[in-house]
Amino acid sequence: MNLYDDPCAHCEEMMQPYLDHILSDAERLEAEAHLDECDWCRRRYRFEESLRVYVRQVVSEPMPAELKRKLAALRIPLD
Amino acid sequence: MTGASVAAMAEAPSDATRIAAEARDRVRFEEEALALSDQVYRVARHLAGSREEADDLVQEMYARAFRSWRSYQPGTNLRAWLLRILTNLNIDRGRRQQRAPQTQALEANDYYLYDKLAESDGGPTDEERVVERLSQDDIVSALSAVPHDFRDVIVLVDIGDFSYQDAAQILDIPIGTVMSRLHRGRRVLKRELAESVAEDGT
Repeated sequence: MNLYDDPCAHCEEMMQPYLDHILSDAERLEAEAHLDECDWCRRRYRFEESLRVYVRQVVSEPMPAELKRKLAALRIPLD
Repeated sequence: MTGASVAAMAEAPSDATRIAAEARDRVRFEEEALALSDQVYRVARHLAGSREEADDLVQEMYARAFRSWRSYQPGTNLRAWLLRILTNLNIDRGRRQQRAPQTQALEANDYYLYDKLAESDGGPTDEERVVERLSQDDIVSALSAVPHDFRDVIVLVDIGDFSYQDAAQILDIPIGTVMSRLHRGRRVLKRELAESVAEDGT
């Protein structure tokens, strides 16, 4: 089946490039027109946005203080 | 006094000035590089397989950066320069080769994970909070299960906040490859996450 036969499948294809802001103006307007009338896709776009933020927050571990100290000690002393 | 010795005397202080200027440049470089260490670590932690590996890798990277600081061009992106060293060290250490053959990239459709989470019982169901059903462990282990080619790009762009252009330079691949790996890699990650939901039985 052609993607264009199913507007939601087509919208799904456009989700990543839409959220990355790399769609052309025409494609972006097309995606937004569908999102305006399709709650089903709109929810999935909102989920994707939340997921990206959440993943970034959750996987960010602070650097161990010990490592920071070791890095400073790697500096080359002035002659 | 001969003309030559006058010239030598004139050069002597300028030599000292040059050395002092270079020392200043080097100290500035080291300070700028160290100021980026939290950001470097955040990315290194997930390019490497474990905390211990990330620890070693970051130390090796800084030791090398401090030795070869002259090859950094002031005014260019220092964070990208450092990450370029780090990814090269990561390859040199053979981590890629170890992981490459066994891993298979299975992608799900982009909507798959949401559908999986929304249909599971318990916890919030609205699309902004349903992500909270994924634990930190789920995400960290799903990310480490993504094959390295895809994971490197996800880590640089989605976690490290590098542009496509920077990621292309760091990994020495075309920008189109960055985009296609990112696109597919996120789908692989979502599939891994969906599997962790199924395993948790939530």
